[in-house]
Amino acid sequence: MFEKALSGNRGYWGWIFFLLAVIGVGFVCYLKQLTTGLGITGMSRDVSWGLYIAQFTFLVGVAASAVMVVLPYYLHNTKVFGRITILGEFLAIAAVTMCLTFIIVDLGQPGRAFNIILHPTPHSILFWDMVVLSGYLLLNVVITHVTLDAERTGEAPPKWIKPVIILSIPWAISIHTVTAFIYSGLAARPFWMTAILAPRFLASAFSSGPALLILFCLILMRFTRFDPGWEAIQKMALIVTYAMLANIFFILMEVFTTFYSDIPEHLAHFKYLYWGLDGHHELVPFMWASAILAVFSALVLVNPKLRMQRSWLRWACLAVVASVWLEKGLGMVVTGFVPSPLGGVTQYLPTLREVLITLGIYALGALMITGFYHIALAVRGELRSASPS
Amino acid sequence: MTVDRRGFFKLAGLGALGLAGARSLPVLGNPLPSPSPPESGPPSGVRWGMVVDLRACLHDEGCQDCILACDHAHNIPQLPDRKHEVKWIWKDPYEEVFPMQAHEYLEDALRGHPALAFCNHCNNPPCVRVCPTKATFRREDGLVMMDWHRCIGCRYCIAACPYGSRSFNWVDPRPYIEKIDPEFPTRTRGVVEKCNFCDERLARNEQPACVAACRNGAMTFGNLADPTSTVRLLLKSRYSIRRKPALGTHPEVFYLV
Amino acid sequence: MYDGGKIITGLLVFLILVTVPVWFNAATHAQARAPQLKLPEGATACVEPTAEMRATHMELLNRWRNAAVRSDERFFTMPDGKVYEKSLSLTCLKCHDNKEEFCDRCHNYLAVSPYCWDCHVEPKGGRS
Repeated sequence: MFEKALSGNRGYWGWIFFLLAVIGVGFVCYLKQLTTGLGITGMSRDVSWGLYIAQFTFLVGVAASAVMVVLPYYLHNTKVFGRITILGEFLAIAAVTMCLTFIIVDLGQPGRAFNIILHPTPHSILFWDMVVLSGYLLLNVVITHVTLDAERTGEAPPKWIKPVIILSIPWAISIHTVTAFIYSGLAARPFWMTAILAPRFLASAFSSGPALLILFCLILMRFTRFDPGWEAIQKMALIVTYAMLANIFFILMEVFTTFYSDIPEHLAHFKYLYWGLDGHHELVPFMWASAILAVFSALVLVNPKLRMQRSWLRWACLAVVASVWLEKGLGMVVTGFVPSPLGGVTQYLPTLREVLITLGIYALGALMITGFYHIALAVRGELRSASPS
Repeated sequence: MTVDRRGFFKLAGLGALGLAGARSLPVLGNPLPSPSPPESGPPSGVRWGMVVDLRACLHDEGCQDCILACDHAHNIPQLPDRKHEVKWIWKDPYEEVFPMQAHEYLEDALRGHPALAFCNHCNNPPCVRVCPTKATFRREDGLVMMDWHRCIGCRYCIAACPYGSRSFNWVDPRPYIEKIDPEFPTRTRGVVEKCNFCDERLARNEQPACVAACRNGAMTFGNLADPTSTVRLLLKSRYSIRRKPALGTHPEVFYLV
Repeated sequence: MYDGGKIITGLLVFLILVTVPVWFNAATHAQARAPQLKLPEGATACVEPTAEMRATHMELLNRWRNAAVRSDERFFTMPDGKVYEKSLSLTCLKCHDNKEEFCDRCHNYLAVSPYCWDCHVEPKGGRS
């Protein structure tokens, strides 16, 4: 089936080579990091996790969100999702791959990564994260391969795949729950140590993931003959709406508890996020942008008239993805470290190399998604033969 | 043989006590350990702990003896970039080391004055709990140790430590070590490190380097499991605090105020 | 088979390329010479017989480091009653004090690069 990814028009190849170039630049920067150490990043003794781990956290959410199309289709017989479940599963594969790459890139001694398997440590949440992430990757690889192959040959997929798909549903919930536990189990970091972190992660994932999927559908509809059906897109938009409202609700819960209880240790992190601390305001504009985008998207999405218009839906989905990315992929991880346990405020700014490595990994994910979607559409004969305008 | 080691520390601790000007204590003397190497394996019934006399330390605010001794004994690099700093033992203002035990009317002797901070060798260490490879682990005698051969550099332990006691090697530390002591390894880039209570010196029946270097008798090291040890007698006779006790980590480093 | 000719030609080219070193050595009559290691003067025996050490010293070092670092078991007694510390720097390198002519010669010959020296400080080399 993979040979289908090797035939495409000039636009396709141009995009592929562009992504390969971005990956190449990231890889060269990574070689530099490999030989001189993580000192080439903006991370420090006080802020010891940064952009890499934040992207990992955001992308675990994207990966888990595939469940939002798989679950209605397989458990509630939502037939309209028939054409897009595979897009969700492919998105999950690319997102998990990016997650694992971000973890490897963040290790000080990547050559020893297999020590996690060599010396399994069940009391470490990171160990369990490795287990659930690799398991989720395997599940989705098997599911997409089997279902797409059945579509290609025109036969019904084998019976045994159904329980595997059903298993992937709770598994998707588990990957983001375990990822939240990495943070929420640390007494040292009051900002993360909140029981609502896992539900928050899930809500933000189930809004940003399907929003991303809607955007991908709109792009595919523009460049190919692929048509998921407007009803499917509207159903996804409804999922995005409810998840985004839950996400905002959960954040407000957090804000209430922190500000009403007025515990200085907890308060300091929120102050840093939204007002700045000790003269450091780096994250403040981004966090307010995230809040405004969240409110904007919620207002558009809850209004059925706006939600049903393609242009408004597009902007709302973009706002959802941007808002969640700013909150999770930028603010959430760094703020756990500011202020430090001793009260110090250390500024974290990613370096150019760090950003290029990050972009390289995103390009890797984009390359995978492009290839996968290309294969899926080729199998269904929905690729446009003529080059796009 | 373990009794001998214990005895040695009692004696050494007594000397420190004398300097600190404590009231006379019953003689705890046991013979000094024999020169033959000790038995292999950690002695049972031992739980190493430290008592820091904050006031004795404050008498000599500019003193860096313990820090320099540690830097020297463990090949600790002096990195120009503060963000990449590696430190095992250091001084920070009292309010930062004890954020829960400070208030606006704090006595002048403590306010803004430096207090010693280093790894607490917690009885319930969160760093050990989170490490995915057991590269950091707690020994039976209470030492929280690092296995630098095994550390993958994920820095989860740094996130989990409530005391900021851990440092990461963001770059190769060797060029920044003033004088390398060949008896102790340096670290490679990409691993985490922290105070090891001088386990290499304990194995030779020596006091930790910081304790041995302190000229004010402000640091006492000993066996918390032995009710007659100097550390226990000190804790019995004076008021002591620990860093962030509410977190349940049970630090084995105590501070006399 | 589709493109059978191309596949077989490709495989042949690949085979020739990977076996080039063999042909090259056969043609130039190059012969590998086992490295000559500089053994410590004065010392007569290591902690294990030479053959044993040559074959399994890395396993011994691995056992030692785990014992010393993780279990605080730092000493071991030889059958003749001599006591040694389980330490690369403090025991091995005290006799084998010439890293270049002992460790490196063999490691280079076998193209292995153990990372011991990233942290452990190598002895000054030679006896001064």
